Amino acid sequence: MTIIAPNRVAADLIDEPTDRKRSTLDVALNFMKRQPLGSFGLLIVVVMFAAGVLAEWIAPFDPEENDFSAMMEAPNLVHWLGTDQLGRDIFSRLVFGARTALIVGFSAAFMGGIIGLVLGVSSAYFGGWFDLLFQRVLDVLMAFPLIILALAVVSVFGTGVFNVILAITIPLIPRCGRVVRASALSVREVPYVDAARALGFSHARIVLRHMVPNVIAPFLILLSAFVGQAILAEASLSYLGLGVQEPVPAWGLMLQGGAEEYATTAPWIAVFPGVAIMLTVLGISLFGDALRDAIDPKLRDR
Amino acid sequence: MYRYIVKRLLLAVPTLVGAAALVFVLMRLIPGDVCVIRLGSGGAHVDPASVEACRQELGLNNPLIVQFLDFLWSYFTFDFGTSMWSGQPVTHEIAARLPVSLQIAVMATVIAVAIAIPLGTISALRENTWLDHVVRMVAIAGIATPSFWLGIMSLVLVLDITYLATGKAWMPPIQYVSFWQDPIHNLSMVLLPAITVGYRYSAVTMRMTRSAMLEVMREDYIRTARSKGLLEQIIINRHALKNALLPVVTLIGIEFAFLIGGLVVTEQVFNLNGIGRLFVQAVQNQDNVLTQALVMLVVVIFVVTNLVVDLLYAWLDPRIRFS
Amino acid sequence: MYVRTALWAAGLGVAAAIAAAPAGAQTPKKGGTLTYMISADASPSFDGHRETTFATVHAVAPYYSVLIRVPPDNPASTTEFVCDLCTELPKPTDGGKTYTFKIRQGVKFHDGSKLTAKDVAATWNKIVFPPKGVTSARVTYYSMVEKIEAPDDATVVFRLKTPSSAFLPAVADPFTWIYKKEIIDKDPRWYEKNIMGSGPFKFVSYAIGQSIKGERNPDYYHKGQPYLDAIEGIFAAKQSVRVDAIRGNRAAIEFRGMPPSARDELVKEAGKDIFVQDSDWNCGNIITPNHKKKPFDDVRVRRALALAVDQWKGAPALSKIAIVRTVGGIVFPGSPLAATKEELQQMAGYWPDIEKSRAEARRLLKEAGAEGLKFELTNRNVDQPYKFVGTWLIGEWKKIGLEVEQKVVPTGPWFQAMRTGAFDVVVDANCQSVVNPPLDTSKYLPQKVYPESYGGYDDPKSIELYNKMLAATDPKEQRAAMRAFEKHTLDTEAHAIVAPYWYRIVPARSYVKGWKISPSHYLNQDLANIWLDK
Repeated sequence: MTIIAPNRVAADLIDEPTDRKRSTLDVALNFMKRQPLGSFGLLIVVVMFAAGVLAEWIAPFDPEENDFSAMMEAPNLVHWLGTDQLGRDIFSRLVFGARTALIVGFSAAFMGGIIGLVLGVSSAYFGGWFDLLFQRVLDVLMAFPLIILALAVVSVFGTGVFNVILAITIPLIPRCGRVVRASALSVREVPYVDAARALGFSHARIVLRHMVPNVIAPFLILLSAFVGQAILAEASLSYLGLGVQEPVPAWGLMLQGGAEEYATTAPWIAVFPGVAIMLTVLGISLFGDALRDAIDPKLRDR
Repeated sequence: MYRYIVKRLLLAVPTLVGAAALVFVLMRLIPGDVCVIRLGSGGAHVDPASVEACRQELGLNNPLIVQFLDFLWSYFTFDFGTSMWSGQPVTHEIAARLPVSLQIAVMATVIAVAIAIPLGTISALRENTWLDHVVRMVAIAGIATPSFWLGIMSLVLVLDITYLATGKAWMPPIQYVSFWQDPIHNLSMVLLPAITVGYRYSAVTMRMTRSAMLEVMREDYIRTARSKGLLEQIIINRHALKNALLPVVTLIGIEFAFLIGGLVVTEQVFNLNGIGRLFVQAVQNQDNVLTQALVMLVVVIFVVTNLVVDLLYAWLDPRIRFS
Repeated sequence: MYVRTALWAAGLGVAAAIAAAPAGAQTPKKGGTLTYMISADASPSFDGHRETTFATVHAVAPYYSVLIRVPPDNPASTTEFVCDLCTELPKPTDGGKTYTFKIRQGVKFHDGSKLTAKDVAATWNKIVFPPKGVTSARVTYYSMVEKIEAPDDATVVFRLKTPSSAFLPAVADPFTWIYKKEIIDKDPRWYEKNIMGSGPFKFVSYAIGQSIKGERNPDYYHKGQPYLDAIEGIFAAKQSVRVDAIRGNRAAIEFRGMPPSARDELVKEAGKDIFVQDSDWNCGNIITPNHKKKPFDDVRVRRALALAVDQWKGAPALSKIAIVRTVGGIVFPGSPLAATKEELQQMAGYWPDIEKSRAEARRLLKEAGAEGLKFELTNRNVDQPYKFVGTWLIGEWKKIGLEVEQKVVPTGPWFQAMRTGAFDVVVDANCQSVVNPPLDTSKYLPQKVYPESYGGYDDPKSIELYNKMLAATDPKEQRAAMRAFEKHTLDTEAHAIVAPYWYRIVPARSYVKGWKISPSHYLNQDLANIWLDK
């Protein structure tokens, strides 16, 4: 396996090696030409980010304000995407929901990813009993059904954005840990790691400075997939009543209850949040794919 | 080879015990118990004395360590206990639900493989053409769509379309009948959920097939074959596809294992009386015995599938040696 | 008019109800199979004495007889009872302490054996005095009973410790199925896993967790009944499935009650192929602040919570989306003991002028130093109507500057939170079968005397007022005493907020005839009088 230097990876993330002098516009145009789907994905992600960050300024209504005089209105000039069964503006809830989705998606993905990364690399580095034990723990977590974890978390700590993140994070850890461990195993015996060990560097330093950078490529690819998975998991948990709770605006929650009840008479309640989830995860995945193509040396050195 | 299998099975023991401990602890962390739910679910009076008697009868008052050892020991003797909710043996409860779930899992897998492998291959061979882009978009959309939402929407669409077409809404049957008893009834019930699940599954598999194919097509032996002037068709079928299938098989195996425990949401949407729905019921009723049995079942399926996949892997690729 | 039989015109959201002529005007046709949805997961066991969920009643009641019941042709009555297995409703003797039931002769169990007073007495002894190791879920209903005997094959005698107006309604409890003495003597738990009664239908088969089937009992003692050849109940906890099933004609009816959205959807599409019955429901949500937690120990804060809620405007709006409708006090609105609108408007939370009410709420909060209070509303993980009610309340409280977060938990933890007092404010429920206000309102007593009252308060005045109401014999006097108890509970002490009562809407394919709605989904479910007009 080719070994990529960390700074090289960083450079690739910005897409182009720094030695070739090019304007930002050129870089962007080149990326768009080489990765049309990826650019489209990036565009979606940027729009969702903007919506989440600027929700207060974008949303025309208070997303939690019940309005019994405007219940279940079809999309119109005042309520662009209609209102739900409590008369709340769906567009505003979607915009604020973007914030919830991004918070849940990114926090869970990063927490799960980073814990998995640290554990996976250390497991590969130390090997032996620690590795064996770690693998068994991963097996247990991998095989364990998410719903029980989620239900236990929700029952013990109650529902709330943080607890949902916790419930989603746990199953992501083994998925990341396993991939990272496999990549890390392949760099473990590389001469400079041996050299570092011979020089008497501390374990922490070797792991962090020498091994982690070398598994960063598969890690980043995984991370982009995790964000999407976490958003989907949040939706599923909400559907089962274990996710974020009313009146917090969250896409998965918007699909629960009302969405099914009114799927025929007021389809806009169910359609728009579903589309929002789909588009966001689609955007993240497309961008993630482009990222992988840009990072993966085998695919790049054509 | 046999040594390898034995070693793998031995390694599974700590996994099983770990899972047992985890589910045991988690179920007991949830406040309340099966007795309170059962006696109070009607919203009427809950008599504290009856709750106490019920707890006593179900052994919920025993020390936790005793309960845990009981649980482990009974599994060693292949006694999986009786459901705290229904009083029926859990094997009985699970056996009644297994056929639907298995059928959907198998059908979804067949659908997924039938769609994914040809499309994934084409997509790889026509990399960066519009065809590739379309196939990838469809694939990624499959991963991005919440499957329960897809289920709800497709069910409503079926009702709406049949209503508009015939003036009478039609919906798939809501009671499971085995395929051998009444194939038409069975298929019309199971097809929609199988497609819903299969779509997502095929999307995952399609992506894997595409990237595996891309990787293989750049290998030296394919270049060699090309330079020898072999027909593209033969190169793809004989050499590329066979090798690209390795990671795909792994993925199919792992996804299948997840599927058994992962039908939870789909079975809710379509009111299928399967393992997934039983899972939700067991957890919500705080039926510890049944939940434990179901978790152990899912974990065992997971472990066994992983083993089978590894063996299959070795069979497909003789370069891999057991170690 | 609190029970309505209505035919919904196509496309109407919430239409005025038309009081239709009773379906009984036609001559019932015989034959056919009724497929109906049971809106729950399968009941844990078949034993009605042991279970509490309506799923057990909907699934198993058609296979059994009971001693007395609400009248099947007028189940809406809150005061009337008729015989099923007895021949005449007894007048109490011995100063109201002895009830003698004459048992109908010639009744046969489904196994062909004769049903006698011995079976009735043995069954009732099992319900009231369960043997060790046997659970009887409603044993507290019968605390007034001293002894049950069968002096001969045609007579059952109930002797009470004290006279009680709550006795007959309690005997009409829909779970009190008559079992065979020989079987329960041998194994009192046999009926948990088996079905063998004397009801209008004979049990045929049960597909675990999925459905239950029965066929006509040719030896049924009510002449001409049942009309149906067969019945089949299908369990479906997900509401959308049940609506779709009726829409797609996979099932004809679901008896529990559906939200207005489901009715609108069905009526809009199928028009006169769907027949809707609706009724006030003897169920309601009670919002209970935890008196043991600050600042809810302060009556001013509790009153402010009640005053913030606009019941009169909220109820009609909620009724468009949730299974609630009628504003009420502690007594079921259909009962003669219930408060009138004018009486309600005297109490906190029911003031006609909401602006004035909210101003008072803000003033009270300020006075109590609880402005901008933040707290958690613990709610049950059930959409209809729990979460709708919870979300509505949070919106109302926001209007007086309270910041409330909804904590939704599954049934088990919800019960546990209430039982252990681990909540700030909780959405509790009170849901009873037979309308029996003196018994139903005991929910508002202090926990010391009524274990399932979860507010955590001690209030001797409340007990005193309640006992006065119980002791009142004259209906007018009892009504006045009930008002005093109600005013004390909801206004003076503001122990709880009563959310609008549930509202039962049962849409069915219009070929289903003969079934009549009642104020409880537990009642009138033996299906003997249903017939199909096809």
